[in-house]
This record gives sequence, C-alpha cells and structure tokens, in this order.
Amino acid sequence: MRRTWWIYLIGVLGLVAVAAPFLWMVLGSFKTQGELLRVPPTWWPEQPTTGNYEELFSKANFPRYFLNSTLVALAVTAGNLIFCSMIGYALAKLRFKGRNALFVVVMATLMIPGMVTFVPLFVLVTNAGLANSYPGLILPFLVSPFGVFLMRQFFLGLPDDLIDAGRVDGTSELGIFARIMLPLTRPALATLGILTFLGSWNNFLWPLVIAQTEDKYTLPVALALYSTGQNAQNYGLLMAGAVVVVVPVLVMFLAFQRHVTKGIAITGLK
Amino acid sequence: MSQKTAPDEALRASSGGRKGGRSASVAGGAAAGGRRRLDRQTVAAWVLALPFVVLFLGFTAGPVLGSLGMSFTDIRQRDLRTPFSVNGVGVDNYVKALSDETFRKAAFNTAYFVVIGVPLTLVVALAAAVLLDRGIKRFQALFKVGYYLPVVTSIVAIAVIWRFVLSPDNGLLNTVLGWVGIEGPNWLASKTWAMPSLIAMAVWRNFGSAMIIFLAGLQGIPESVEEAGQIDGAGAWQRFRYLILPLLRPTVLFTSVTTGIGYLQFFEEPFVMTQGGPLDSTISVSMATYDQFGFGNYGLATSMAYILFVVIAVITFIQFRLLREK
Repeated sequence: MRRTWWIYLIGVLGLVAVAAPFLWMVLGSFKTQGELLRVPPTWWPEQPTTGNYEELFSKANFPRYFLNSTLVALAVTAGNLIFCSMIGYALAKLRFKGRNALFVVVMATLMIPGMVTFVPLFVLVTNAGLANSYPGLILPFLVSPFGVFLMRQFFLGLPDDLIDAGRVDGTSELGIFARIMLPLTRPALATLGILTFLGSWNNFLWPLVIAQTEDKYTLPVALALYSTGQNAQNYGLLMAGAVVVVVPVLVMFLAFQRHVTKGIAITGLK
Repeated sequence: MSQKTAPDEALRASSGGRKGGRSASVAGGAAAGGRRRLDRQTVAAWVLALPFVVLFLGFTAGPVLGSLGMSFTDIRQRDLRTPFSVNGVGVDNYVKALSDETFRKAAFNTAYFVVIGVPLTLVVALAAAVLLDRGIKRFQALFKVGYYLPVVTSIVAIAVIWRFVLSPDNGLLNTVLGWVGIEGPNWLASKTWAMPSLIAMAVWRNFGSAMIIFLAGLQGIPESVEEAGQIDGAGAWQRFRYLILPLLRPTVLFTSVTTGIGYLQFFEEPFVMTQGGPLDSTISVSMATYDQFGFGNYGLATSMAYILFVVIAVITFIQFRLLREK
C-alpha cells in the first residue's frame, strides 16, 4: 500500500488530540499551585519549578513504594502470562470433558462487577492471615478471567495443523503447548503483559485496604495518602505523583510494544 | 483448514502402526488411536488448567458465592465483625432495587452509554489499528505510544483537561464552535448533552486498549492473504471487509465482549465529571451500587451488582451468538 501524506496528517491530528492531556499533565507537574488552578489553563509553565517533585520525594519513603509496586506488578504479570496462557490453550485447542463448563465459569467471573466481590475477598484474605503481606497483595490477582479469554481467543486463531504435526512427530501434549504453540502467541503475550502490568501498577483500592503499614504501601496508595488531608487540593503534587507513577509503565510499554509486532506472522498459513 | 484431515489420518495410521498388535483392523486402529488421543488431551488439559482452577476457587469463586449470599440478607457495614447477627430477607433487596427510581434511571443511562459508546470505541480503535498497521510505517512506535497515552494518564489530569474542553464560556469546544457561528451548550450541565460528553470522553480514553489488541490480531494475519486479494483485483475496502475482518473475528469478539463488559460497569467518567448529575442524567448502575455501599447498605448494593451481572451475562451471550465462532 502506498504511504501518502494525508495518512500521516490524519495520524498526527489524532496524536495531538489524544496526547494533549498527557503532555499537559507532565507540564503541569512543573507549575505552581496558583498557575495550575488558572482558568483557562496555561500550556507552558510560566515559572517552571521542581517544587512538586521535591515535596513528593522528601515526604516519604519513595524508593520503598517503588520497590513494592514493581515487585507486586512483576509477580502478578508473570502469574497471568504463565497461568492464563496454559488454561487458554486448553480451552482453545484441547478436547476434554468440562471444557465448555470451565469456559462459561471463566466468562461469568469476567462479568461480575469488581466491587461486588471486594468485601467477601477482604474478609477471606484477612482471615487467612494475609493482610499486610505481599501474598495478600499478589495472590488474588495471579490469574484473571480477562487474561484467560484473551489467550484463548489468540490460540483459537492458530491453525490446528501445527498441533497435529507435533503429534505426528511424537511430541507430548505439554511439549506441543510449550514449544510449538506458545511461541506463536508472542503478540498476545506482550499485549497481556502490558495490560496486566499496567492494571497492577495502577491498582488502588485493594492495596489501600490490604497494605496497613508503610513498608507495604504501593505507589498509588502512598500518593493518595499523601495528597489527602491538607494536600487534598494540591494538584501540582498530584500531577507530579501521576507522572512518577506513569513513567515506568511507559518505559515498559516502549520496551515491549515492538513484540506486539510483525514478523511473528503466524506460520502454518504461509 | 480442509487440510486438517490429512495429518489426522497420518497420526492415526502412525499410532495404529506403532501399537499394531492391539488393533486387528485399520478401522479398529483408527478408533483406538482416536480414543487414546482424547485421554491424553484430557490429562494435559487439566494439568494446564489446574493452577488457574486452584487460584480461582480460592480468590474468586469463594468471594463470589459470599457476595451472592450477602445479597439475600440485610447485612450492613457494622455487621462484618459479627456475621451471625445478619438476617436473611429473601429477594427483598432485589425487589427494592428494581422498584427504585434512581436505579431505573441508572439502568437507562448505562444502556444509553453502552449502545452508543461500545461501537464507537471499537470503530475508532480498529481504524487506528489499521492506520498504524497498514498506513504508517515511519515513527510507528511513536504513534502507537501516543494513542495509548490516555489509557495511562491519571484520571485527575484527564478530568481537568476535559472540563476545560467542555467548559461553556471559554472552553475549547465552544470556542471552536463559535468560529463557525454555533453557540455551544453548557455540555456537562445540560441534561441532553452531559451523557454524549461523557461518551466522547470514554471513547477517547479507552480506544487505546482495544487498539493494541486489534494490532496484535492484525499482525497475526500474514501479508500473503492481502497479496492474494490484491492479485484477484480486490480494492482496499474489499480486502479489509472480506479478507481481514473475517480473520479478525476472534479478536473482534474479544474486544467487543471486554469493552461491553467494561462499559456496562461505567463508573469513573461520571464519578469525576458530573457525580451523576445533572438531575441523575449521568448516574450509572455502578455509581448507584457504589452509593449504596457508601451508605453501608451492603445487601442492597450487592443485589444491584448482581442485577447488573445478569444483564451483562445476557448481553455477552448475545454477542457470542452474533459473532459465532465456528
């Protein structure tokens, strides 16, 4: 397909419309409180200041929160990639009794509004003695029906011929999954990894109730607690905090987005 | 896919051959091979499903049953420490929810939001994905990250900017409309325009997630498919409509179902922009549920959430039927 200038024009116009609030957030983190509240909003900071960041980092134990967030997000992401692709493959490509029932159950939990299970889950985790612990922060999110559904849909798109070929060659069923099929879902794994990491990194309500001492806070919890009270309306601090929270996610997205990419064109159809 | 039978037969022949002693005839060998393969598949399937099932039973199924139980009781916040003081009330909570004026208004608003918002989001996301996959080759990563930015931007920053865009007097939108002689309304304070404003905001904010899933799907389709279409003389639109879109079907099903489920739980936009107003014109079912949780009416709140769940289940079922997989 020929690349024409108007395609890029559409692309750039879209980019401006879509990215503006993010840029405003970054620029806003260098503004004073007074300038941030001005109507209409200013674009460039008039007197750029790093005060918001200084306040943020002087306030508390930020490396610790960073470490906690990273640890939890990595564990949750690893769990989802491994477990969701496993069951996703079984649901898409293996014939076994109970497959449809299992899939219906997965879909049903995807539909249950999150806040419904919140109270019973809290009671359960607290009674299991997992409150204020890393397992308490991680275990409830190690698998997600969203991830199972995503991986199943991608496995569905892969041709069965590859599996049959593996069977002819005498590869075990688990070997076919791990060595033939799983590598072909790299775009899906990258997508699931990005979305899961982002979801866990931004998760707020659960860590807020489970992390009770400061050494278990994650970034969103710490930010929320430091921007309430007398800081409730401190938008500069909020913007700086939002930037600090989002930068690692963007770095990760930049690093992995190329895996959501061409060249892994599904073999077997070629 | 019609080639599928060839390796199948090869497999049966080979496994029948290896264990030739067990089957008297070719037909018998095929049947035995078929059954044995099924058993191996069952074992493998449950090995693969086991970690999910264990975690699922502990951290999802348990709480789900717990909350379902709660919806048939008069449990309030203070009862959490002494769960045995709670009384069963049958379906009272469900009756109360369904006859509640605010809840009905919320149900209407949620339906409005979903019916307009989901197709819009998917069309924008798919258009962006096709633009990036087939149109834009240089700086592709920049565009991809750029379009994804709203997904990662703090809702606080999003709210501030959108309030400026939608502000009646010197807001961006009304200023632009003023240039062409249109006097724009006070978007968020108008009973008519508040919901469309929130829909626009939600589409803008969420299309990036669906876009990267479409991208992953599009990039799983080999270029040879399109080249074949080109040789047969199909135009760009025809190739998209009759070659790409059918191959994307599992991806379309996925994004429409997850976007639908997400939008049916519509919460953050009205929460930060309108608090459900003006006059409940943007209150959603999730917001109504959240309010009841806030009042400590756990029983009523969970019953509202389960009504929403039933609706989501029915709609998802319809989506599966419409985009039937095979």
